[in-house]
Formats: sequence, structure tokens, C-alpha cells
Amino acid sequence: MTRFIPPLVGVLLALFALWYIAVVPMNVQDTLTRAERAGVTVTPPSAVERRDTGALALVFGNTHALGESWSLDRPRLPAPHQVVAELYKSTVDEELNGRRGLARSGSLSTRGLLHHALITLNATALGFLIGTGLGILLAVGIVHSRVMEMSVMPWAIVSQTIPIVALAPMIIVVLYSVGVQGLLPKAVISAYLSFFPVVVGMVKGLRSPDSMQMDLMTTYSASTRDRLMKLRLPASTPYLFASLKIAIAASLVGAIVGELPVQKGGLGARMLAGSYYGQTAQIWAALIMAAALAAVLVWAIGAAERATLKRMGMAQ
Amino acid sequence: MTATPVIQAKHLDLTFQTADGPVHALKDVSLDIPKGAFVSFIGPSGCGKTTFLRCMAALEHPTGGTLTVNGMTPDDARQARAYGYVFQAAGLYPWRTIGRNIALPLEIMGYSKAEQNKRIAKVLDLVELSGFEKKFPWQLSGGMQQRASIARALAFDADLLLMDEPFGALDEIVRDRLNEELLSLWAKTQKTIAFVTHSIPEAVYLSTHIVVMSPRPGRITDVIESPLPHERPLDIRDTPEFIEIAHRVREGLRAGYEDA
Repeated sequence: MTRFIPPLVGVLLALFALWYIAVVPMNVQDTLTRAERAGVTVTPPSAVERRDTGALALVFGNTHALGESWSLDRPRLPAPHQVVAELYKSTVDEELNGRRGLARSGSLSTRGLLHHALITLNATALGFLIGTGLGILLAVGIVHSRVMEMSVMPWAIVSQTIPIVALAPMIIVVLYSVGVQGLLPKAVISAYLSFFPVVVGMVKGLRSPDSMQMDLMTTYSASTRDRLMKLRLPASTPYLFASLKIAIAASLVGAIVGELPVQKGGLGARMLAGSYYGQTAQIWAALIMAAALAAVLVWAIGAAERATLKRMGMAQ
Repeated sequence: MTATPVIQAKHLDLTFQTADGPVHALKDVSLDIPKGAFVSFIGPSGCGKTTFLRCMAALEHPTGGTLTVNGMTPDDARQARAYGYVFQAAGLYPWRTIGRNIALPLEIMGYSKAEQNKRIAKVLDLVELSGFEKKFPWQLSGGMQQRASIARALAFDADLLLMDEPFGALDEIVRDRLNEELLSLWAKTQKTIAFVTHSIPEAVYLSTHIVVMSPRPGRITDVIESPLPHERPLDIRDTPEFIEIAHRVREGLRAGYEDA
């Protein structure tokens, strides 16, 4: 394992270096305005002219006045350390020292990132369960019924071609009109994204037994149920886990998208709020929290996969 | 031999309709297999030997003629658990231990747990795999896997064993050993065995009857009743009788080619 550490660290350092460099042209307008206010001469001197000048030209024409690029209050692109600071402030600091934090109030602060991550996690988990269950059921139906294959599969494919951001508000409005709100609409959007990889993977998995294995079942005069329970489902397990890894990530995306129009908490709401108030560091902090959440979830599925396959004797 | 043959085929035809026109997999095949016989089917690829075996198992359905297994149609015979089938590959389920693989037909056929365990122990002993019950298939060699698959076919009380080139993928040393074991298994269990093979020595060594087949259309060209004794040590293959039968099989195979 240790031989992987140098390249991993190398890639990470390169990414951070790129990020720090990109911060300069992204924030150059604001940086120069502040430098000008502080009495430094910048070219061109007029703010209007500067607005019409390219970012790179401004950077190279004012190399002496870029000191504040990485410490602006409202940067267009926050520097990595600013994002880390925001992450720390909205998690550890908020929970330990905040008025509504865990330490003082006994519950996670509603202003903290952890509270919002938990809201998103709930919707993700429920959506993932619904999506996976639905996906498996549809796949079983598709494998056993030609009619179902021809009638369901095209709609399943079409469903994934519609941009979810366009569909999410409609799902929320429709469900709200029948009295459903809160967790469930977000879970439905999340399930909408996650059922598809499960259907595709499970159809392939349920069909993975070769003709010899099916013939063997025939020689026992095995029922359709026996074939499903004793051959098709166990044979599809590796396919299921491959699908679940995609599905859990899709569920998370679905839950976040479902939180955008509602603004009642969650990482999605947090991201949108950040963009309303020009708090880019807050957006990035929420993004990184979402990415970390996704990484943990995919890892958890991977761990479950290893344990299950080992138990089944399929991992050597 | 007893009155009713285990397998009785009369003027059996099987034609597959393909894009290139009809293929006569079997044409006018007639054969009786008496109870307790060990019958080998030998012939080049496409001669219909596997197709014939699959007809007996009701995995294919003849387009003409009649075929009975234990006096019943192949479909009814399958419902009556008349046969165990051994495929070219062991086809053990990787997620089941050897013991649970053998239990598979027993579970499907509704045997009680206690009866399952009794039978697993019995057939594992028959194929000399006792002690491997808890192992997973990947922990066994190819030869041992194939023995486990024979045990699986023996687990329920079918009197007929249909074997489709079961040792075709194994090396010659393992194959010799399994041939010897199969003969002693056959002597112990008194089953009727139909055995498809590519190998002339294997067919001659194992069989009471050797059915020589030839392709296009798939048909029987010769049926040789072996004069060799039931008791057959491996070195019987160096005796003049053995070599003579092998010669006759080879001649039959060559004649089939010249006709076609």
C-alpha cells in the first residue's frame, strides 16, 4: 500500500496548486478594487475599464497588487484554506462553541453543516431503499415477462433522459397537492435516480446463469420460483452490488436536487442559500461535505459487498 | 436382460430449423438400452450424440419417432425423477459449499433436512469426497468438482445416469482415475448409464455397449456389444480384445465419414 502514497500525494498537491493559481484570475476584479481603495496604483485605473479587460491581462498588468486574492471576504472562487476554515467553522466550531451547537444545546446546530448533512442523509437512505426495492422488483418482472420487458424498459430509459432539475419541482408540487411533504418527496426524487442502475444491473445479473445452469434446473423440473431463489438471485449478487454503488451516489444527488426548491434544510438548501448571499465558501463547504458523504456511502456499500461475497464463498 | 428397456428409441428424428435451412441432428435413430447397461455414444462433433442424450432428458424434443424412458415419455420421466444428468462442466454453484450443492436437487424435490444430510453423506462417500462437504467449489480441483457433480446427480434415487462428456475437460491422468471410479460406482449402484464421449479408449474401457454415430444427418452406424468382463482393471486396455474393439469402433467412425 505504501507505494501508492507518493502518487496520491502528488496528485493532491497538483490539484491544490491548480486551485490556488486559479483563484488569482477568478478574483482579480475584487482584489484590484480593494487594492485601489488601499491606495495602490492599478492599471487600468477605472473600475469600468477593468470590468471590460480580460482577467489574465489584469493579472499580468498588476502583479504587484494581487496580495489579497486568497483572503477576500466574498471571493468568486475561495481558496482551499478558506473552504477548510468554513468547514471547520460550520462543523467543529459551531457544535462546540455556537449558541445552538451540540455542546450547549444538546442537539446539532441548525446552522451547522452536520445538521444539514444528516437531513440529506435521511432522504438519501430512504430514496435508496425505495429505488433499490423498486429496481429489483422491476428487474425480476422484466426477466420473467417479455411483455413487461417491452412495456417497462423503454419507460425506464426515457425516465432517465429527463433532466432531474426540471422534474424535481414538479414532483414536489404534485406530492404537496396530495398532502405529502417533508422527507418523502425528496426520497421520491432520490429513488427516481437510483432505481435505474439497479434495474439495468439486476436484469443483467438475473440473466447471468448460463444455459447449462438453467438446463440443470430443468432436469430437476424446478419451478420458476426455485430458479429465481436458488439460481438467479444468488448469481446476480455481484451485479447487484455494482449497481448499488452507482445507485447510492445517484440517491445522494437526487436528495440534494430535491432540497433545492424546498429550502427546508439539507446540503442542497445550504448550497442554494450560499449562492443567494454570495457565500461561495459556504457552497464549497457544502459541496465537500456532500462529496465526503458520497465517499463514505460508496465505501459502506463496498464493505457490505466484500462481507457478503465472502460469506457466500464467492470471494476467494 | 430384463424385458422392458430403460431407453427405447424408434425411428427418432430431430430437425432444427436454422437460418441456413433445416439441420438433421438425428435421423431414423432406433436403439434399446437395457437396464443396468453402460452405453457409450461416440462420434465426431455434430453426430447428434449429445442431442440424443438431451432428448432422453427432455431438454430437446424429437420432431419424429418415439422415445420412451422407463416406459414413459421423457417429460413424464423427468417429473418422475427418472434420471440424473451430468454436464460437461461441473457447474457447481460457487456460492454453495459442496454439501449444499449436492443438496440442491434434494431441496427442490422437497426432501427433509435430515434426509438431505443422510444422502449427502452417502453420495460423498460414493465419490470419495467425504470430508469436503464444507468446502467451496473453488477450493477443489477440476476432477474433484466433477466428482461432486456426479454425486449431485446421484443424490436422489434416479436409476438412470445421463452423462454428457463429463471428463472431456480433464487431463488424461485424472480422467483415467475417474473412469476407474465410475466403473466401480456403476458396479456398486447398479444404475443404467448413458455416456457421451469423444474418446475411443474411454468408450471401450467403460461400456457394455458402444454406439458409434456419424454426422450429417446424425445417425447410428454401429452398436458394439463389448465382450470384456464386468471387472476391468486399467491394464485391460493393453489386451488384444480391448484393442480389437477399439479397432472396430475406429472403423465404424471412419465408415461414417466416408458415407457422408
